[in-house]
Amino acid sequence: MACMTHVLDPDALPDDGRALMAPLPPYDDVTRSDSAFRAFLHGLPGVDQVGAESRVAMLGTRSIKTTSKAWAIDTAISMVDLTTLEGADTPGKVRSLAAKARRPDPGDPACPHVAAVCVYGDLAGVAREALGDSGIHVAAVATAFPSGRASRAVKIADVQDAVANGADEIDMVIDRGAFLSGRYLDVYEEIVAVKEACGDAHLKVILETGELVTLDNVRRASWIAMLAGGDFIKTSTGKVNPAATLPVSLVMLEAVRDFRAATGRQIGFKPAGGIRTTKDAIKHLVLINETVGADWLDPDWFRFGASSLLNDLLLQRQKLRTGHYSGPDYVTVD
Amino acid sequence: MSSSVFEYAPAPESRSIVDIAPSYGLFVDGEFVDGTGEPLKSVNPATEEVLTEVATASEADVDRAVRAARRAFDKVWGPMRPADRGKYLFRIARLLQERAREFAVLESLDNGKPIRESRDVDVPLAAAHFFYHAGWADKLDHAGLGPAPRPLGVAGQVIPWNFPLLMLAWKVAPALATGNTVVLKPAETTPLTALLFAEVCRRADLPPGVVNIVTGAGETGRAVVEHGDVDKVAFTGSTEVGKSIARAVAGTRKKVTLELGGKAANIVFDDAPIDQAVEGIVQGIFFNQGHVCCAGSRLLVQESIHDEVIASLQRRIGTLRVGDPLDKNTDIGAINSAEQLARIRELSDIGEAEGAERWQPACDLPERGFWFPPTVFTNVSPAHRIARDEVFGPVLSVLTFRTPDEAVAKANNTTYGLSAGIWTEKGSRILKIANQLRAGVIWANTFNKFDPTSPFGGYKQSGYGREGGRHGLAAYLKGHDA
Repeated sequence: MACMTHVLDPDALPDDGRALMAPLPPYDDVTRSDSAFRAFLHGLPGVDQVGAESRVAMLGTRSIKTTSKAWAIDTAISMVDLTTLEGADTPGKVRSLAAKARRPDPGDPACPHVAAVCVYGDLAGVAREALGDSGIHVAAVATAFPSGRASRAVKIADVQDAVANGADEIDMVIDRGAFLSGRYLDVYEEIVAVKEACGDAHLKVILETGELVTLDNVRRASWIAMLAGGDFIKTSTGKVNPAATLPVSLVMLEAVRDFRAATGRQIGFKPAGGIRTTKDAIKHLVLINETVGADWLDPDWFRFGASSLLNDLLLQRQKLRTGHYSGPDYVTVD
Repeated sequence: MSSSVFEYAPAPESRSIVDIAPSYGLFVDGEFVDGTGEPLKSVNPATEEVLTEVATASEADVDRAVRAARRAFDKVWGPMRPADRGKYLFRIARLLQERAREFAVLESLDNGKPIRESRDVDVPLAAAHFFYHAGWADKLDHAGLGPAPRPLGVAGQVIPWNFPLLMLAWKVAPALATGNTVVLKPAETTPLTALLFAEVCRRADLPPGVVNIVTGAGETGRAVVEHGDVDKVAFTGSTEVGKSIARAVAGTRKKVTLELGGKAANIVFDDAPIDQAVEGIVQGIFFNQGHVCCAGSRLLVQESIHDEVIASLQRRIGTLRVGDPLDKNTDIGAINSAEQLARIRELSDIGEAEGAERWQPACDLPERGFWFPPTVFTNVSPAHRIARDEVFGPVLSVLTFRTPDEAVAKANNTTYGLSAGIWTEKGSRILKIANQLRAGVIWANTFNKFDPTSPFGGYKQSGYGREGGRHGLAAYLKGHDA
């Protein structure tokens, strides 16, 4: 993939004088024009859906027991972006979520804390205050989440507001309308602009794979986000079904793997939406382990975007320690 | 990836579900009886532990079995209403499903294959073959083979050690569905699931003599094939033995189907879905330790993507888990026998001596048992023996091509013709190349997928006749040479 050639390149120079931040070598020329970018993205190897599904089905048969299960559960807890994204969210709700993020299992101080709390931008300040110096990140969704249907100026303002409120991670959505109508460079430029507005905050780029539908689209959108400087690529908003399916995660992991091999830059991955059980979480950890390897088995490089997952992880963790199942009243509601 | 922080704890399937007797007899006329030959020992190839002792059928024992099969054909199974034959087959299929775990564990113990494969492939497919053929039993008039097709009589069947239960199903299910009775000889290194199948036949109340199982080595197989009262010979195994069977039945009235060796080309074009192609290459050659007659043992990769594909392939092979076949996370189990291991080693050494480049991942192999790591040879020329001879082990030979025509020419440049694979995102190319390949089974953007509805068989020295589907029925009916 390092030596991609472009056969269709009639307008190799941008004609409107736009100054773009160039992607990392060896891809620094692929965004020089709409047609060059299209040729590059459509020149990426295709994805055979049947093959991708059978690969994840096979990995789904891995049997993770005893010590490896205990390790997987604690690791998964430490990777959770504990999320609330409801119209009814209040400072009180966010504060109680922050408390849960710090001590997921009040009865067991050995239980790790989660990676981040993920909220709407206007509540980022509440989360920041409640989390204090716990080391837990504050992630805010922005850019007219979840639809992304707003002008770029509004989206940038949304990001700046969230950062000013204390978010150190921004979860943006891509412009799926632009993507599906083939305006890849628009999608790219918007991510570049959002990244700039983020300042020091880490940028997670949500592809909303449920709206992109094909795995070929998922691979192309992943590359757009990585080339544009995203720090993480993320599957979904959680507001669209299907969300984080295993074949989608496989294709996105292959993308971050190939991108690092070509550019040397490691990009994180965050599946979000639809991961509710410990079993789902462990399947994802196995998928990482056998697709990209141990370098991504770390909260700096992998997150679960989830709300109900945490309680199932806690129940399974208690089960492993005590040998018996408890019940929903043995974990906190939030 | 060997430095993984995520180590999988051992997850062994319990072997307590199987109850292996210290010795086994032959299954003749519905009874377990002693054999008069020198008994064989069946060994667990992963540990070299002797599992049990199995009788050897002498010529006289085989004769008793054939006579039992003939009686059953004349008096019970032949005259039976086809719908009733179907009922027995459905019953056998259900019993295979009910005892699936037992069959899977026993198969992995006796053969060395990973439990994931015996559990997810061998046993479910074996049951599927019985279900499929059970449905045909009373519908043969509608199989497109003419009105009221008639069975042949007694089928003598000899099967290999690579898929012991599945090959039994491929042989027994169509034979019984079409109204024949059988004398089956399992491979000498893997007789145990066939003997458990005999138990299933009894449980299903299958009339005595319809299925007879005679264990033993090559001599027993010869006695089955050469018996004068056998009407049909069906063999799966090596081309060498297949040729001697063809010679033995030449000039007799016996019908014969042979499913023999292969040296399949797995062709990867530059517009292939690379990640899935790499999976398909792995599945093509490392499935069942490469003990697969239709294994994709020759990778033909377009020169322009050779380095990229080989790098991906090596990274992927580095994640394969080699070891205890009963561990649910094992990808590659044990080589079936010391003899087969010696052959794989010999051909690999020849490959290196001839100038091909050998690559193997760093992997720890158990001390006892028969093991060979997954192996890739690059810089292979069509003149090298590892590009021509069937290794029947986890050894892949990589060749390159520049144009579709060259791919076809190289793919067809083999004395075999059992299977082939085509990897490209371009549908029209799949159709064109498939028409040009001389191979019985062609997979597009997948490999080593099997289904009872799909006929299976080869061109050239890969044998003749088809098994499975409507074509497979024809091989057991009068006037329909497959």
